[in-house]
Amino acid sequence: MTQHIRTESLGLPDVGGPAQPLLIVRDLKKHFPVRSGLMGKAEKVHAVDGVSFRIGKGETLGIVGESGCGKSTTTRLLLDLTRRDAGEIIFDGRGLGGGRDGISLKELRRGMQMVFQDSSTSLNPRARILDIVMFPLRAAGVDRTKARDRASMLLDRVGLHPQAFGHRFAHELSGGQRQRVNIARALATAPRLVILDEAVSALDKSVEADVLNLLADLKAEEGLTYLFISHDLGVVREVSDRVMVMYLGQIAEIGPAETIYDRPGHPYTRALLAAVPSLDPAKQIAEPPLKGDPPNPINPEPGCRFRARCPYAEGVCKAIDPAPVPVGEVEISCHMCNRASGHSQAADWLDALTKETADA
Amino acid sequence: MIRYALIRILSAIPILLGVSVVSFGLLFLQPGNPVEALLPLEASPQIAEMMKQQLGFDQPVWRQYLAWLQRTVQGDLGVSLYDGLPVAGQLGGALFNTMVLAIPAAVLAFVLGGALGLIAGYHRNTWIDRSASALAIVGVSLPQYWVAIVLVVLFSVTVNWLPASGMASPDGIPRSFSDLSNMVMPVLALMLVPMGVVARVVRASVQDILSQDFIAGLQAKGLARGRILRHVIRNAMSAALSVMGLQFGFLIGGSILIEVVFNWPGSGQLLNLAIFRRDIPVLQGTVVVVAGLFVLTNLAIDLAQAAIDPRMRR
Amino acid sequence: MTMTQLQSASPSVSAAAKAPGYWRSVGQRLMRDRVGIASALVLLAIVVSALAAPLIAPHDPNSGSVMTRLSPIGTPGHLLGTDATGRDILSRLIWGGRLSLLSGITPVVLATLIGGTLGIIAGMSGRLVNGIIMRITDIFFAFPSILLAVAISGVLGNGLGNTLVSLTVVFVPQVLRVAESATVQIARQDYVDAARATTASRLLIMTSQVLPNVLSPILVFATSLIAVSLVVAAGLNFIGLGVAPPAAEWGSMLNELRDAIYINPTLSILPGVMIVATSVCFNLLSDSLGSAMNIRETDK
Repeated sequence: MTQHIRTESLGLPDVGGPAQPLLIVRDLKKHFPVRSGLMGKAEKVHAVDGVSFRIGKGETLGIVGESGCGKSTTTRLLLDLTRRDAGEIIFDGRGLGGGRDGISLKELRRGMQMVFQDSSTSLNPRARILDIVMFPLRAAGVDRTKARDRASMLLDRVGLHPQAFGHRFAHELSGGQRQRVNIARALATAPRLVILDEAVSALDKSVEADVLNLLADLKAEEGLTYLFISHDLGVVREVSDRVMVMYLGQIAEIGPAETIYDRPGHPYTRALLAAVPSLDPAKQIAEPPLKGDPPNPINPEPGCRFRARCPYAEGVCKAIDPAPVPVGEVEISCHMCNRASGHSQAADWLDALTKETADA
Repeated sequence: MIRYALIRILSAIPILLGVSVVSFGLLFLQPGNPVEALLPLEASPQIAEMMKQQLGFDQPVWRQYLAWLQRTVQGDLGVSLYDGLPVAGQLGGALFNTMVLAIPAAVLAFVLGGALGLIAGYHRNTWIDRSASALAIVGVSLPQYWVAIVLVVLFSVTVNWLPASGMASPDGIPRSFSDLSNMVMPVLALMLVPMGVVARVVRASVQDILSQDFIAGLQAKGLARGRILRHVIRNAMSAALSVMGLQFGFLIGGSILIEVVFNWPGSGQLLNLAIFRRDIPVLQGTVVVVAGLFVLTNLAIDLAQAAIDPRMRR
Repeated sequence: MTMTQLQSASPSVSAAAKAPGYWRSVGQRLMRDRVGIASALVLLAIVVSALAAPLIAPHDPNSGSVMTRLSPIGTPGHLLGTDATGRDILSRLIWGGRLSLLSGITPVVLATLIGGTLGIIAGMSGRLVNGIIMRITDIFFAFPSILLAVAISGVLGNGLGNTLVSLTVVFVPQVLRVAESATVQIARQDYVDAARATTASRLLIMTSQVLPNVLSPILVFATSLIAVSLVVAAGLNFIGLGVAPPAAEWGSMLNELRDAIYINPTLSILPGVMIVATSVCFNLLSDSLGSAMNIRETDK
C-alpha cells in the first residue's frame, strides 16, 4: 500500500474550498537595477512587469516564453527568493503578509515548493541524498528519526529505493535520478502547489517521459497543483490545463491550453508556435517565425512590448500598452483583439479568430 | 581602451590612499608613544615636548595623517633618526640599487620563463616540460634567501667564480664585466621562482591554445606555422603578464632578504637597518614608497595586458 | 503505480543511516593518494620529532664546546656536525622544528579563522558590507607580503608573538579573498536557493549548505598557505626578527651557519633543507586534499 505524502502534521489545510483558486497573483512586479560602467546612469530591467494570474486547485498552469521573458523570475518572486517590488500573492484565499487573515512566508513555503531547473546544481554536492530530502523537514522542526523515515518514504515514492540511493552523493546519480531527488525534496513538507521550473528540460526524451509520468501520478494521487514552466511548447501542451504566454515580463496571452495551441490569438503566440515544426500539415500555422532575440527589457518605452518584432505593429501599438481583453476563455493583450483599440486590423483579426473558434 | 585605462587609473587612487593610511598607522603599532619612537633615547622631556608640538602630535590623529600625507606626496619623507639625513635621498639611492637587481630579474624571469613555457608547451611531457612544472610547484617552497646561500656555496665558496657579496660600483650601475659579476647571483636567486611560475602559466596557455579546434583547422588549411605561433605568443604573453604583477611583488619582497645575504645596499637593506636602528621615519618612508610603486607596477601591468588582450577590458 | 517498482518491502533507512558522511569519504580518498600519504608521513615525522625533541635529540641544543666547533657532517657523536659555538646541529634542527612549525602554522590557523569568517560574511552580505570588507582587503593586497610582514614585525619589535601577529595580518586578506569568492560562487547555486525556499533559518542554511562547500577551498588554500608561511616566518627569523638567540629555529640557524660559510659550506645548507622539505610537503598535501575534496573527481 502506497503511503500518502499528504500529512496532517505538515501540510496546510484546504481552507477556501474547491472554488477558491489555490494561487492568485495580482500585478506582480520586479525591476532589477543595472548600472552600465562606472559612471553610467542607473537603469532598470523590467524583468516582471505587472503579471496577474490565478491557478485553480488541482490544475496545471503552464508558462511558456523565450529565455529572458521573466518566467523564472516570476517563480522566484512567488517563493520570495527574490523580493518583489510590488504585487499581491494570495494562497488559498490568504494574502502573503496580509495581516491577521494572511499567510506567513513560512506557511507559504510549506504550501508551495519548487523543483529546480538544473539538477546538477540544485543538489548540494557534499550532502547525501537522504540528507538532502530530509533537509526541509529538519528545517520545519521534524525530529531526526521521523524526518529520516519520511525522506525514505519520499525517495521510494519517486522511484528511488532508499537503501540503494539514500547514501549516495548527487554526482553518483543520473540526470533523471537527480531530478527525482529534486521532486522528493520539493514534496517533503507536503506542499499543495509545486512549481516545476524547466524541471524536465535537461533530460533525454525517454527519461523526460518517465519523469513526466511520475509527476502525473503524483498529481493524481496527492491532489497536487502544478505551475509548469518550460521553453518546450510541446511538453507544456501535454501537461497543462491552462497556458500563460509571457513576453518581456508581461503576459501576452493566457487561457485553456487547447484553445491557445489551436487558435493562438496573440501574434507573438502565433510566431512562437510557428517556430515549432509540426508533422500535421493542417496544424501548421502560416506565420513568419520570430527573428532575432527579444529586445532588452531595460527601461522599455511605453506601448506594446512586442511591437518591434510584430508584423502587424501600428501607431496605436507604439502609443498604448495593450490591456488584456477576453476573447472567449482566453485573455489576450493585443490591440488587434480589441475592436475599440483603433488598430486597423482589429475587426478582421477578431473575426478570423472567432470563425476559427466556431469551426472547431 | 582609453575609457578602461581611465577607470583603472582612477581606481588605483583609493588603493594608494589606503596604502598611505596603513603605512602611517605603522607608527602607532610601535610600543610606547610615537614621539618616543621618533626621538633618540637620550632626549630630555623638554625636547620631547617641543618635538611633540613641532611634529603636530598634539593634534588629532586625522590631522597628523593629512599633514604627513601632504608632506609625503610632496616628496618629503622626514629625516632619519639615525644620521639626520633626509629619508627621501637615502631611499632614492637604495631604491635605485634595488631596481638594478629587480628589473633585470623581472625581465629575465618573464623572457626566460616565457621561452621555457613555450618550449614546454610545444613539447609536452619532455624533460623541459617536467622540470618547468616541477620548478613552479616547488617554487613557492624555495626560500629565496636559501637559494642565495646555496648559490654562494656553489659559485663563491666551492669554485670561487663569483663574488659572494657587495656591489662593485658605488652608484650601482655595472660598468665592467666584474661589476656585472656581482649581480649574477642576486639576480639569479630573485628570478628563479618567478621564472618557474611564468613558465607554468605560459605552458598551460600554449597547450590550451594548441588543443583548440581552430588551430587544427588552421593547420589543416596549411597556414603558415608563423601565424599560429604569433597567435600562441599573443595569448601566452597575456597569461604571463597576469601573474607578473604578483610575481613582481614577490620579487620586491624577496629582495629584502636577498639584499641581506649579498650585502647589497638596496631598499631592503635600508628597511632592515631601519628596523634595527628603530629608525621609524626611514621604515615608514620605505614601506609607503615601495608599496606605492608596487601598486603602480600592477596598474602598468594591467594596462599592458588590456592593450594586448581586449578581453581584459571588461 | 508505475514508478514505485521497489515497493514491496517497507522502506528502510538503516543502510543509509550508517553510511559515512562527506568528511569520512574525504578521509578515505586521502588514504588512497600515495603522494598525499607520503607527504603526510614526512610531516608527521617532523612534527613528532619536534614534539619529542627532549627525548630524541642526542645533545642539548643550546650548549656546545668550542673544542668541537664547526665539525663536518658525519662526525662521530655529531651526525650533522656542529655550529660555530660547537652546538650539535642535528639536535638544533630537531628542537628548531618546534619554533619553526609553530611560527609557520599558527598564523595560518589564525588567519583562516579570521579571514575565513570575514570572507564568508562578505560573500553572504549585500553590496555595502561586501564592498567595505573587500576594499579594505584590496589595500592589504597592495603590499608585497614579505614587505608587510617585515615592516609590521619590525615595528612591533622582536619576539615570537610579534612574528605571529605580523604574519597573521599578512595572511588574513589572502584567506579572506579565497573565502569570499568561494562563498559568492556557492551562494549562487540552486541548492542554496532550494534551502532558502524552505523554512530554514539563515544560520541553518549557512551551516548546512554553504559552510561545507566553502570549507573545502578554504582548507586547501590554508594548507598551501602554511607552505608559504613556513618560508616567510623562517625568513623573518633569518634577518633577525622573531625569536631571540640562542633559541633554535631553522631560519635563524640558517643565518648563524651562513657566517661560517667559508669554513664549512655544506652545514649552512642544512636548515634550509628542513624548511624546503616541510614547505614542499604542505604544498603536496594541499594538492592531495584538493583532489580528495573534489567530490566529482574520483568516482567517475
